[in-house]
Amino acid sequence: MAIVAQSSKYGRVSRATLAWVVGLLFFFPIFWMVLTSFKTDADAVKPEYLLFFQPTLENYLNMTENYDYWRFARNSVITAVFATIFALAVGIPCAYAMAFNPSRATKDVLMWMLSTKMLPAAAVLYPMTFLTKSMGLFDTHFLIIVVLMLINLPIVIWMLFTYFKEIPKEIIEAGQMDGVNTWGEIREILIPLAWGGIASTALLCFIFCWNEAYWTVRLTTTEAATLSKLIEGNRAPEGLFFGRLSAVSTAAVGPIVVLGWFCQKQLVQGLTFGAVK
Amino acid sequence: MGRIQLEKVSKSFGDVEVIPPLDLTIEDGEFAVFVGPSGCGKSTLLRLIAGLEDTTSGKVLIDDADVTQVSPSKRGLSMVFQTYALYPHMTVRKNIAFPMRMAGLSEDEQEKRIMAAAESLNLTDYLDRKPGQLSGGQRQRVAIGRAIVRDPKAFLFDEPLSNLDAALRVGMRIEITEMHARMKTTMIYVTHDQVEAMTMADKIVVLQAGVIEQVGSPLELYSAPKNLFVAGFIGSPKMNFIEGDEASKHNAKTVGIRPEHIDVVESGGAWTGTVGVAEHLGSDTFFHVHDTGLAETLTVRALGNVALNHGDTISLSPRVNEMHRFDDQGLRIA
Ligand SMILES: Nc1ncnc2c1ncn2[C@@H]1O[C@H](COP(=O)(O)OP(=O)(O)OP(=O)(O)O)[C@@H](O)[C@H]1O
Ligand SMILES: [Mg+2]
Repeated sequence: MAIVAQSSKYGRVSRATLAWVVGLLFFFPIFWMVLTSFKTDADAVKPEYLLFFQPTLENYLNMTENYDYWRFARNSVITAVFATIFALAVGIPCAYAMAFNPSRATKDVLMWMLSTKMLPAAAVLYPMTFLTKSMGLFDTHFLIIVVLMLINLPIVIWMLFTYFKEIPKEIIEAGQMDGVNTWGEIREILIPLAWGGIASTALLCFIFCWNEAYWTVRLTTTEAATLSKLIEGNRAPEGLFFGRLSAVSTAAVGPIVVLGWFCQKQLVQGLTFGAVK
Repeated sequence: MGRIQLEKVSKSFGDVEVIPPLDLTIEDGEFAVFVGPSGCGKSTLLRLIAGLEDTTSGKVLIDDADVTQVSPSKRGLSMVFQTYALYPHMTVRKNIAFPMRMAGLSEDEQEKRIMAAAESLNLTDYLDRKPGQLSGGQRQRVAIGRAIVRDPKAFLFDEPLSNLDAALRVGMRIEITEMHARMKTTMIYVTHDQVEAMTMADKIVVLQAGVIEQVGSPLELYSAPKNLFVAGFIGSPKMNFIEGDEASKHNAKTVGIRPEHIDVVESGGAWTGTVGVAEHLGSDTFFHVHDTGLAETLTVRALGNVALNHGDTISLSPRVNEMHRFDDQGLRIA
């Protein structure tokens, strides 16, 4: 008895230790970024100021005054929010159809959707750039919203499909027998039942949109440029301004970290695929 | 009104033909029971009527209107599922109100019907609970409540009682039968329990491997089963089947006799054997008799308590005029 209790206690302690180590490991770069953002560019590269230095808000002031942080932030919010809404608007009916009226091709369609993620983005960069420029869409919110929605659609549909699959088919059928049409079914039964799953899908999609850098950097100049572009712009070819870069990066990831913090429970549930029931 | 007709309806899943083309008519107000062993296609047939499965060929008619291409939501039928299929995110009240809300009934009318249904199903105290907080029997009542409030053309039940314990099952069986007597709405009820079929049905449809073996009233099936399958399936305990010399004596390949049509006599009966197991129920005694030279085991039902036990010799007298005769194909000889 005592041995069992003890070993399980050791188990708990070692598991907790491991969790802390892994957690700190993942947290360290963020911590370092935040720390560096309060150093001047000059201090940032001096080893003697590694941990102890004169903190300054210079980088942040500089960012909001000279770089128009708020415009980039607004663009990030607009594009990520609308891309997520549209991705769900397309993804929910799509996943509904595949989960409750599967055909022989359903599995293949799902695989095919995922396979679109296997195409290296670089391979279509030039066609995309020329096409959007000649269509007059380059550097517009519309373009970024569509692109963000499309690149996230496969994962959105996959996640929703997995959640919807957990809803017993009879409940959907009961709805049909009770006289609801397809939209009513989605609105009255599916969405309330899969609410947790839909929320975590939306959250994940939003995070992916927010952090997307490849296309947002390359398909924008000023009008629709997002925070990714702002970070990219501070990469500074003439030298390394670590303090400034860290401040920009901190300000870019800040909102999403806060959002993620508040939705932690949703996210964990969502990513472990156990939300419905 | 609720007259349901199937015309040459068939169903295949991929290459597997689960239901070969069949014709069936269920009259308005009738209580029809589909019965048959597991996997014989009862649920599939019911779902074809409901519209939850597409027919592979043939037509489904409700009140003479072809509904084959009509979606389930527009057929005007209600269904009670084996798993209840209540909406877990809605209270009992909302569950019952749901079909009425979808049909656009006024709030007052909805409330009136909810109260009436809750009253008759003993659910008044549970209206504000969620399905997760109810027992199996209560959930089943909610499912029935949800089905009755919208005055469907017909009710479809798919093994609604199979998740309930025996006592509750008997109670609900009686309630559903009474409900039918009161409402006189067409009901189609699927079960693999032949006792439910016998006690509830106006018309029993016996299915085997998607084929209708016989359609008839419970007593027709009991007294004149068309073939060996129906003879063996209807009645409890099962009919005894005897082949060989004894059958030849009656000009048949097989003769069948029900346990209740074999009398236990003091001595001098036509058949003798040894008692294998004696089940004393008080009201009846069932004997499983071996060594009769007729069949491996004969089941015999005697009224009251008969004091014979394992190993005793038993003398039996079959009522010859109650025997059923079957030919080489297993079909009834009139
Ligand atoms: N969606 C499906 N795809 C393929 N085969 C199916 C499907 N649904 C049912 N079947 C097959 O059709 C046959 C009939 O099934 P059905 O559910 O109608 O049987 P049942 O008589 O209701 O049985 P039970 O008493 O066990 O409920 C079975 O052999 C089953 O395997
Ligand atoms: Mg079934």
